[in-house]
Amino acid sequence: KLLYQLLFIYDHANPLNITVNMEKLIQCPVFSLPDPQWYPARQSIRLDPKGKSLKDEDVLQNLPVGTTATFYFRDLGAQISWVTVFLTEYTGPLLIYLMFYFRVPFIYAPKYDFTTSKHWVVHLACMCHSFHYVKRLLETLFVHRFSHGTMPLRNIFKNCSYYWGFAAWMAYYINHPLYTPPIYGEQQIRLALIIFLFCQIGNFSIHIALRNLRPPGSKTRKIPYPTKNPFTWIFLLVSCPNYTYELGSWLGFTLMTQCVPVAFFTLVGFIQMTVWAKGKHRSYLKEFRDYPPLRSPILPFIL
Amino acid sequence: IAGTSKAAHSDVAPKKKKGPGALATAYLVIYNVVMTAGWLVIAVGLVRAYLARGSYHGLYYSIEKPLKFFQTGAILEILHCAVGIVPSSVVLTGFQVMSRVFLTWAVTHSVREVQSEDSVLLFVTAWTVTEIIRYSFYTFSLLNHLPYLIKWARYTFFIVLYPMGVTGELLTIYAALPYVQKTGLYSVTLPNKYNFSFDYHTFLILTMISYIPLFPQLYFHMMRQRKKVLGHVEDYSKVE
Repeated sequence: KLLYQLLFIYDHANPLNITVNMEKLIQCPVFSLPDPQWYPARQSIRLDPKGKSLKDEDVLQNLPVGTTATFYFRDLGAQISWVTVFLTEYTGPLLIYLMFYFRVPFIYAPKYDFTTSKHWVVHLACMCHSFHYVKRLLETLFVHRFSHGTMPLRNIFKNCSYYWGFAAWMAYYINHPLYTPPIYGEQQIRLALIIFLFCQIGNFSIHIALRNLRPPGSKTRKIPYPTKNPFTWIFLLVSCPNYTYELGSWLGFTLMTQCVPVAFFTLVGFIQMTVWAKGKHRSYLKEFRDYPPLRSPILPFIL
Repeated sequence: IAGTSKAAHSDVAPKKKKGPGALATAYLVIYNVVMTAGWLVIAVGLVRAYLARGSYHGLYYSIEKPLKFFQTGAILEILHCAVGIVPSSVVLTGFQVMSRVFLTWAVTHSVREVQSEDSVLLFVTAWTVTEIIRYSFYTFSLLNHLPYLIKWARYTFFIVLYPMGVTGELLTIYAALPYVQKTGLYSVTLPNKYNFSFDYHTFLILTMISYIPLFPQLYFHMMRQRKKVLGHVEDYSKVE
């Protein structure tokens, strides 16, 4: 991937008046990039070819440059917005699961087409699964404040394969005519439902708390702390409790359905979330000197 | 005033060659020597059995145990990558080793009826020659004394051995299909309390299909490596 060297000379006569921020720099008509297809989201501008990308909010005046500034540009490839990706990857499982739940033709044997399961846990599972993804969709639209606007386009294919594929695999067995309900019956299902709901509320509480850390339209980063909401008190022990609660939700769902594919999905999700949590934890530690030492990335004291 | 100019470098940071320490190198030399010896034992076993019997048929039985031992031992290579003493990708190595282990145990060992198939001899021979060259290549590389012949062999023999091995593997899996279907080997059906099902027969068919995208990629990767490794030696001789 080629880097382009950009040369920019600004007027040294009035240094205090120079407040060009990076976004405006890119949109400056004098700036002629070789390929007009390179819209701002695709641009990575840096001061050093191997360095980190400058941010949209960076101000030219505050950068370590002299009267001539040399920038390096890289094309990040086709981009797609986070919101679009999230909406697509979450709508899939919602609809796919329902297709299996309603036993749409060509999935199970024809005699079962459009029949309903005789086990009430199957109806409960459908409600929980659907609730989970509706919650995610609403959070994407109304709660989350994204640091980055976009991600590489190829991610949407990767992510959708993952979510949609697993949703179909799980839904196939849970809604199967030969489904076997949990061994310990009502007790097991009740406990599972409590765990699931508790963690859903917890996860939502964390999302709200994280949203409130950040004023609208900003990308500031602050250390999250427990609020008056007891579900956020887990911040005392964990850096990324949203992932902790998410794991809990899926453990609940696994217990509720007693289904190996669900357990497998929970495991894979847990591994991925642990990788993310460790990364986030490391960034917190690097950025904030006074970061609470008691916190673990995702599991209190363990991981 | 602003403008652009194309910097003529592509963004490849020079890789810091962090080789294994002295202890790791010693261990790796021993490992690779042992593996070379092991596969030589298998090669010799095949030749002796062929001379004794006078036919290609049923040679698998004469090398079954060392084959299982040394092919399974290759799992250590995944560990080497994970720990960092070998600079390869854990995922790639894992995939390669596990596919061999899969064929050795989950197909050839598990489905007794295919053990007398000639296709088994085909892939065992391919694996044996490949591994003898590969492990001696690593041994000599670690000792910084790599004879050109070994390097040449490693990057040339695969041209025949890869397709040969793949053919043997595919034919063996294909031969196993009817027995797997008949006995329901490694298969789980509904209903059961785990709400899970697995059809090994279908899984084997999918495995065979996966060779279609995977094999060409691996093959052409080796071709590119060959040009890179063996390529500039020819250039030097042209300059001379």
